[in-house]
Amino acid sequence: MASAVTAAGPQGPMLRRAGLDAFRKLDPRKLARNPVILATEVVAVLATVSLIDAVRHHTPALFALQIAIWLWATVLFANFAESVAEGRGKAAADSLRAARVTTKAKLIVDPSTGLTVPTPAHELLPGALVLVEAGDVIPADGEIIEGIASVNESAITGESAPVIRESGGDRSAVTGGTTVVSDWLKIRVTSGPGTSFLDRMIAMVEGANRRKTPNEIALAVLLAGLTLVFMIAVATLLGLGKYSGVSLDPMVLGALFICLIPTTIGGLLSAVGIAGMDRLLKVNVLATSGRAVEAAGDCDTLLLDKTGTITFGNRMATEVIAAPGVPGDRALRAAVMASLADETAEGRSILELARETHGLVETTPKNATSIPFSATTRLSGLDAANGSWRKGAVEAVYRLAGLTAQEVPSEVLAAVERISRSGGTPLACTENGKLMGVIHLKDVVKPGVKERFADLRRMGLRTVMITGDNPITAATIASEAGVDDFLAEATPEDKLKLIREEQQKGRLVAMCGDGSNDAPALAQADVGVAMQTGTQAAREAGNMVDLDSDPTKLIEIVEVGKQMLITRGALTTFSIANDVAKYFAIIPAMFVVALPSLAAINVMRLGSPHSAILSAVIFNALIIVALIPLALRGVRYQAIGAARLLSRNLLIYGLGGVVAPFIGIKLIDILLNAVHLA
Amino acid sequence: MNMQGWAEIALTIGLAVGLGWPLGIYMSRIWQGQSTWLDPVLRPVEGAFYRLAGVDRNQGQGWLAYTFSFLAFSAVAFLFLYAILRLQGHLPLNPGGFAGMSPDLAFNTAISFVTNTDWQFYSGESAASNMTQMAGLTVQNFASAAAGIAVAAALARAFAANRGSTIGNFWTDITRIALYILAPLSIVIALALCALGVPQTLLGHVDAHTLEGAKQSIALGPIASQEAIKQLGTNGGGFFNANSAHPFENPGAFSNLIEEVIMNMLGFACVVAFGRVVGLRKEARALVIVMAVMVSGAAAAIYAAETQPTPALVAAHVQTTPNMEGKEVRFGAPSTAVFAAMTTGASDGAVNGMHESFTPLGGGMAMFMIQLAEMLPGGVGSGLYGMIVMAIVAVFVAGLMVGRTPEYLGKKIEAREIQLSMLAFLILTTSILGFASVAVILPTALKTVSTTGPHGLSEALYAYTSATGNNGSAFAGLSVSPYWNVTMGIAMWLGRFGYAVPVLAIAGGLVTKPKLEPTAGTLPTHGALFVGLLIGVILILGGLQYFPAQALGPIVEHFQMLAATSAH
Repeated sequence: MASAVTAAGPQGPMLRRAGLDAFRKLDPRKLARNPVILATEVVAVLATVSLIDAVRHHTPALFALQIAIWLWATVLFANFAESVAEGRGKAAADSLRAARVTTKAKLIVDPSTGLTVPTPAHELLPGALVLVEAGDVIPADGEIIEGIASVNESAITGESAPVIRESGGDRSAVTGGTTVVSDWLKIRVTSGPGTSFLDRMIAMVEGANRRKTPNEIALAVLLAGLTLVFMIAVATLLGLGKYSGVSLDPMVLGALFICLIPTTIGGLLSAVGIAGMDRLLKVNVLATSGRAVEAAGDCDTLLLDKTGTITFGNRMATEVIAAPGVPGDRALRAAVMASLADETAEGRSILELARETHGLVETTPKNATSIPFSATTRLSGLDAANGSWRKGAVEAVYRLAGLTAQEVPSEVLAAVERISRSGGTPLACTENGKLMGVIHLKDVVKPGVKERFADLRRMGLRTVMITGDNPITAATIASEAGVDDFLAEATPEDKLKLIREEQQKGRLVAMCGDGSNDAPALAQADVGVAMQTGTQAAREAGNMVDLDSDPTKLIEIVEVGKQMLITRGALTTFSIANDVAKYFAIIPAMFVVALPSLAAINVMRLGSPHSAILSAVIFNALIIVALIPLALRGVRYQAIGAARLLSRNLLIYGLGGVVAPFIGIKLIDILLNAVHLA
Repeated sequence: MNMQGWAEIALTIGLAVGLGWPLGIYMSRIWQGQSTWLDPVLRPVEGAFYRLAGVDRNQGQGWLAYTFSFLAFSAVAFLFLYAILRLQGHLPLNPGGFAGMSPDLAFNTAISFVTNTDWQFYSGESAASNMTQMAGLTVQNFASAAAGIAVAAALARAFAANRGSTIGNFWTDITRIALYILAPLSIVIALALCALGVPQTLLGHVDAHTLEGAKQSIALGPIASQEAIKQLGTNGGGFFNANSAHPFENPGAFSNLIEEVIMNMLGFACVVAFGRVVGLRKEARALVIVMAVMVSGAAAAIYAAETQPTPALVAAHVQTTPNMEGKEVRFGAPSTAVFAAMTTGASDGAVNGMHESFTPLGGGMAMFMIQLAEMLPGGVGSGLYGMIVMAIVAVFVAGLMVGRTPEYLGKKIEAREIQLSMLAFLILTTSILGFASVAVILPTALKTVSTTGPHGLSEALYAYTSATGNNGSAFAGLSVSPYWNVTMGIAMWLGRFGYAVPVLAIAGGLVTKPKLEPTAGTLPTHGALFVGLLIGVILILGGLQYFPAQALGPIVEHFQMLAATSAH
């Protein structure tokens, strides 16, 4: 399923737009948030000035020209990286903007008569009542106060099947920009102009309010600090060089400075962050901030709702135990017959069980009457010409079969006891009023969940299952699913308390929720993923919204967060490790004319001082472009534990970062000398 | 190079680590205010100090109060020492009748000893009275060492705390460290040195009549007592100008071994104590390994460089033996090399040879060790906190690669820690390179530098490196002048407080953070991988910025020497 927000891929027009943006971003005011690239731009300007000066004085300027070009290229490449990352968001924002309501809303001015007045959607204030009928676009976010309707939410979620929205309960929230397909709704507007969910979504995907995340801030400080350290190292060469009789071309000093400062990570840092949010968008999760994505990577504890996340939402039949004196297949058939008319998942699971284990398929006899479940009888079943079948709660079936507690066969009692103790739900079934057997309904753990949790454990995450079940049932499922802990008979207050306790221990907690009563916990959690189908309160309390309303997403979200942090670290390490080779390229080239014996440290045997410096500058610029795909895609994340992950990444990005520029600079140098550019 | 030489280097560094270990265990008890077997004797003395000073030993200080106490203590120490140096001519115990020092020299010397640097622009035997040596310099040797260890102890407590608020009490820290660690060890070592022939007397000098009939005046004084704390507290300020190359400071092989071992011993002990206080011994062990490996590497490099004969002299058929210039024949190349590596790795600054007379690479290596910010194993206390700052940066850079906000020793490393670490970094780099770069083009400064060419550059660079690193060893070649006195004084001040105050601020931030339990997702900081990572970060982030300057000094001198085009 491709949602509206993820439909745009990196195609030609997007790249063109990014290319133009790269130039727009040359504005120093825009670069101010990125000190490394701002410093690069300042040096590029100085290099250009000195180039113009050289041309005016008719001195050879080919070297200066090339340095200036490549310095500007460095800035542009960095800007381009950011623009490409932003591009997808911008495209998504455009398609969302199209969903904004331009038609007039039906404002209810007199609730007693239902009189409506056409009013522009952007003039609606919170508290206003509007009527929305089939075919209308819902003008603003709101709560349904009356009515039930099917609503097409594809503008937001990309899911084209309509969903039911009705007043009261957890499905009473509607989103501006979605369309009512049938029936009508009366809605109380909850969002003011410009602050609707759609507006927030647009701002989010566009990154309009993008603020640096805590780790990004710390990293920016490190990079700015390193920039200053290298500035000192280069500036002091003026004095040291003068003493040593080395005449230092300011162009060369500028080039050295740019090569030493961490331009690679400086240029790619914001792209990594934007791409992280983008990867979430790809799996249909909207994060309100990069901070939330980062927190997801940092999470220590995941609170997972049992139903829907760990188990399939419904209990399923796993066995039918025949009563004494009843053949097994007769008991199974009775269970099937009693369930033929039962459309619930539980009923269907009984048919499924019979078909899969015994190949038993029954069809509804002609003129049969289905007996629906009722709260008073607690039984359901089927009456036909050739018999009558019932299934239901054990006590209700005993009563139907006319058995007192003492008369129930001990084998049946034992089976019921065993099922209850294992956390399952026992049902009993009858044929023509006779007790036939006991059906074991069980919460079935989703396949693959256990492995997923093992992965999480390897990465140091604790999983806590939240369930309203009693502790016995909860414990059974918890051990079956392999979660680390569980919270049984959980109330919203318990959930909130658990989150607070975890946070008190310094842990970061992620959870997802949809109901209004989840709102406090969603707000308290460090990462709160609200379901798009959830209530308005839940959606506002969380810092992420899952458009697919799939609670297992939480695990993917954590992985995206980790991947983003890993990518940042890898590029930083790579960037810093690059400096070793750059020193060995530039330092001998700078000094060798005045101090010929320093030719000995030209370990790369680069062609000439000019080609050496130029090669380093070119490598420095090109490596940014070369790493854009990595920054956008992210470094591969594997759940192999921190120690192995570190050694793997240190080897690739640390050691690789030391070695790669030696090779790259040498190759560029060979090329430059071959075409006589230096 | 021979096996005996390598064995000597290994033995010396091995002993420093080996003795540092049990001492660290003992030291952790002092840092935590726990009881020791010296309590029956020292507890009453300690209590008396507190009553006298009005210190409540249970009163914890926040980082600001702790920092203020540290700075106030150092300021008062500076004023006190400055006064003694200026007034020594009017004070007793001045058998040599030395006059007071000039204002700029007194300024330089006072800062030097208060900052644990012990750079000496004077010759002890001809400029410092016994009063100055004992009540001024030796007192500061204790005080500055104790203050450095106190800062390390505060940092340890910050790491150990779980959402705490105070990082200890500076006054109880320095009292306990001086009383329970420095004083007893100094007494034992001073007595041992006395037994090995180091003089300890209040006499000024004795006159000797040489065989030629000349009269020679031989300086004496309370040497052994100063020698012990000089090495133990990584001070390095010699009683004599020749420092540990002087036979009265360092009479023979055994005293030499003692002096080498004790100048690194407490540096290692601080790390061990840190591991105990924080409760992460394996992590501390990794830091000890980093320090030991790097100081051994430096010793090996210097040893290798110093056993090469000078090529020009070989070509002229006048030398085939190793470079013995600047070395005591009593100690030879290996012992001088390991001493040089340990003194520059430890911010001690004592010497048993002349670094200036080393081969260019040998001298350059010594200078590089100081430029690596004095943490291998570093000065007492300061080495530990320097290493922790490095580890914080290393953990931050690489730690992101495991997909979490980096943690070190159970504390999250965030913007504040990085900001302060980078500040400390920047202050060191700026002071070393900034002052050196100005000095080599300023005629006022340059006129008192003895040599020209790359060697002259090395002299100036080494001076500011040594001052900023609070090392105090000299490359020689500089004559005293007000310019050098004042600028080096500032460099020493920056190197000490420009590093220690950010460290205390880091401690202040860390102490309030929750202490996190390590999980499978936490970056491991105890294994071989982390040791390698930390060494890499120290070399690349801590050392590489000095490469251009080194290239213009020792490195070019080395290649010029090989090309036999040296100006010498």
